[in-house]
Amino acid sequence: MKYESIIGLEVHAQLLTDSKIFCGCSVSYGADPNSQTCPVCLGLPGVLPVLNKKAVEYAVKMVLAVGGTVAPHSIFARKNYFYPDLPKGYQISQYDQPLSTGGSVEIEIPESKAKKKIHLTRIHLEEDAGKSLHSEDNSYTNTSSNVKQKGETLVDMNRCGVPLIEIVTQPDMRSPKEATLFLNKLKQILEYLEICSGNMEEGSLRCDANVSVRPIAQTKLGTKTEVKNMNSFKAVEKALNFEMERQIGIIESGGRIIQETLLWDAEKELIAPMRSKEESHDYRYFPEPDLVVLKFHPQTISGIGGIRSEEKFGTPTITIVEKIKQSLPELPEARKTRFIKQYQIPEYDAELLTTEKKLADYYEECVKNYPNSKAVSNWVMGEVLRELKERKISVSEFKVPPKELASLLKQVDSGTLSGKMAKDVFVEMAETGLSSEKIIQEKGLVQVTDTKEIESVIESVLRENPGEVEKYRSGKERVFGFFVGEVMKKTKGKANPSVVNQILKEKLSS
Amino acid sequence: MKLAELKGWELRELIKKGETGCKEAVASFLDEIKKKNKSLNSFLTLTEESALKSAEIVDKKVSQKQKLGALAGIPIAVKDNICLRGVKTTCGSHILDNFVPPYNATVVEKLKKEDAIIIGKTNLDEFAMGSSTENSYFGPSKNPHDLKKVPGGSSGGSAVAVASGLATMALGSDTGGSIRQPAALCGVVGLKPTYGTVSRYGLVAFASSLDQIGPLTKDVKDSALLFGVISGHDPNDSTSLKISSKDYLKTLDSYKTKFKVAVPKEAFGAGNEKDVEEAVKKAIKLMEKLNWSVSEVSLPYMEYAIATYYIIATAEASSNLARYDGVKYGYRSKDSSQLLELYQNTRGEGFGNEVKRRIMLGTYVLSAGYYEAYYGKGQKVRTFIKQDFDNVFKDFDIVIMPTSPTVAFGLGEKIEDPLTMYLSDIFTVSANLAGIPAISIPCGKSKAGLPIGLQILAKPLAEETIFKAAYMLEQNLKT
Ligand SMILES: [Zn+2]
Repeated sequence: MKYESIIGLEVHAQLLTDSKIFCGCSVSYGADPNSQTCPVCLGLPGVLPVLNKKAVEYAVKMVLAVGGTVAPHSIFARKNYFYPDLPKGYQISQYDQPLSTGGSVEIEIPESKAKKKIHLTRIHLEEDAGKSLHSEDNSYTNTSSNVKQKGETLVDMNRCGVPLIEIVTQPDMRSPKEATLFLNKLKQILEYLEICSGNMEEGSLRCDANVSVRPIAQTKLGTKTEVKNMNSFKAVEKALNFEMERQIGIIESGGRIIQETLLWDAEKELIAPMRSKEESHDYRYFPEPDLVVLKFHPQTISGIGGIRSEEKFGTPTITIVEKIKQSLPELPEARKTRFIKQYQIPEYDAELLTTEKKLADYYEECVKNYPNSKAVSNWVMGEVLRELKERKISVSEFKVPPKELASLLKQVDSGTLSGKMAKDVFVEMAETGLSSEKIIQEKGLVQVTDTKEIESVIESVLRENPGEVEKYRSGKERVFGFFVGEVMKKTKGKANPSVVNQILKEKLSS
Repeated sequence: MKLAELKGWELRELIKKGETGCKEAVASFLDEIKKKNKSLNSFLTLTEESALKSAEIVDKKVSQKQKLGALAGIPIAVKDNICLRGVKTTCGSHILDNFVPPYNATVVEKLKKEDAIIIGKTNLDEFAMGSSTENSYFGPSKNPHDLKKVPGGSSGGSAVAVASGLATMALGSDTGGSIRQPAALCGVVGLKPTYGTVSRYGLVAFASSLDQIGPLTKDVKDSALLFGVISGHDPNDSTSLKISSKDYLKTLDSYKTKFKVAVPKEAFGAGNEKDVEEAVKKAIKLMEKLNWSVSEVSLPYMEYAIATYYIIATAEASSNLARYDGVKYGYRSKDSSQLLELYQNTRGEGFGNEVKRRIMLGTYVLSAGYYEAYYGKGQKVRTFIKQDFDNVFKDFDIVIMPTSPTVAFGLGEKIEDPLTMYLSDIFTVSANLAGIPAISIPCGKSKAGLPIGLQILAKPLAEETIFKAAYMLEQNLKT
């Protein structure tokens, strides 16, 4: 029997605000444990939260980018549970009146090229919790100079109060592949909006999944399980595949799926149930009495305070939703369509170039300085991506600015460099960050196009290899390549190949 | 003239004119406290050093003829659930008995800005939960009118300090009557301001949607003076109203007004002690004599106020008190090897019975399956109670009620019977649920010589009305 899986995702995205959602502490990643904290995010007695308006703006951007509806009134709620990295004993989140409802993200199924909409249930704002560092963890032993004992747990509150949006989908995905396609698309949108770094390994993008399976053509839904702890895109696909197979196995052997929460173990590549004690929570949600209703009026938003640092105390009224909408950047789909039209490049190129906003920016900047858009596309998709991959860096860390790539390509056109030489120079540029001119000068890498010079080299090659000349003339034209190779050897590869070809042919046939 | 008997506004004048040195005055208050605190148990912590230092600064300002703050030189006691940087803030609880906040509450900043002298932190029912101060981990405060009686609560320590002249003024907090009821039982003036007029930043939360800091003072003028200083918008408190502070003392210059008075019939009859009812009725007679129009009205939802209050307040408390888990600060139980054990032991040993009772009650009313029946319904009734008042305030300026159905009761008399104790708040919780301002002023004494309080309520932000009416009654009740 053939099965399909029914998958819905809950995605948490950390927002790239300067400060936390309810206090003025910095949110930068990798600081010393507990160095980015204050009485508010530590939950000291008597403190109160004040909502960061930038976090609201960022969340609204996401809502608008996926075509959701911003609720005119939304409220914050307390999610109550005890855990050492949750200093207040509750998380400020949103519950029955979230920031937004609806919206969707379109994915393309690679095999059929069919487009499919993944619908969203809601997007809401909440605060992140801290991190518990157990003595077995590497992250634990790496941290600061605290005395450590085996079995001891330390708590790092730096992440407490980092703003998150939770994006909840409908169970629209029918395979683990569709789930990762969706997740990639979501990451792409978040990056385009510049509101989340999208880094799953650092935890700035996190994903839980609800999974059930059923025989294809069956309409009734199966029992679902919740899969957590998938910390990379690869892990999502592997874990969901694993869970799908596990469920099918149980059904085929006549068993029954138990509704439970499972954890993916990336090292062992298997799924294990969470201890039941950990999941039997009654969160006792109720409206957060320390915050007021978040209201979107036609002209203003109320319910937002300033940020708890002197210079940022601003007016509590900010721009309307419409104004935020106008500030949205061009989104991936629109940019792809424009690239096809404006730069006359194939859809494949446009798709690849627009995966990442920074890459698309790189391409456009390069084309501005070197209008052969297809040649640039080939270079970016080939050489640039290869260098990035080899060096394991992002476009923004890449040492060759788009203008420099353009000038390199111009030198190929003018015949100063051969295509082969240009590629070597490019690798050097990526390594050193020097300009192409500088590298060419330093290495004496100027292509020889002087016919006189090439002619004399060719004549000496023919003189030194009379036997081969005889072979060629008797019809064995394959040895032509031998002559080219010899010429290139003598010129250290600097001879212009087309000039070499032309003169060789003339000399051999005379 | 004894310094201890002076009102704040009188003492400030004296210091300003140089008739007494501030340091000298503060030192005499500290001496008094050291003498009497043993029997009264009003103060938990004295801030002697910083108080004397602040007093020196005031003296210097006086000698250099610099401008003095509105509270210059006035010794003020602060309830021990309001954070004072570097000074223990215990909330009357074992679980916080070693907690020293690294920051000042907004009200503390405001007091300091006006040259007030903070002399110490006062006793309270643990986490402000109680009506007698008997729930303090540090033992009950005693009523200065009769040491065998409770001072009321939860701001009992603050009320005792003012009533016994150990402090000229005090700050308390009022969640369901915790300023007004002890003010009534100790014979001082206590104001519960409109919700959102005084910042809660730095007030250790009991029930966030009900808590409000307010003044306990010897007279209405001091109440207006202190409220004027502590009120005003605070960007650190999202529920703080966008109002600017105001010189309420000045508004008392034109206090002679005629008020339309509503007397709810639900507040009289069975349940009130005879002496209390008689004193309040006498005050009502006085109002008629002042040509105020007095009418009987009905507040039909008042009978549900206590039940509603104990649902909403405990629900919020159960969440607000979750942070005391022994992990980050405060008391931590020793010898717990497992996390759950750490939580259970710390909270089991750290909290007193009343606090545990309310945490359990609040946890229950928010639980899956019970939320709608309790918390959901409580919220609905709360809006009905508010509507009751809205309707009355369409036609009336003020509502008059007793503050407490009884005078001060005996220590230990009600502590084993929580439900009877909860009824001490029957006339005070409504103002918190509706978010409206209410004051308690002394209106005579019982035959046994114990003070009786009269409560005046008004619509939101009508503190000025309250002060004027209270001031006029205060003038006329004296004679
Ligand atoms: Zn912070």
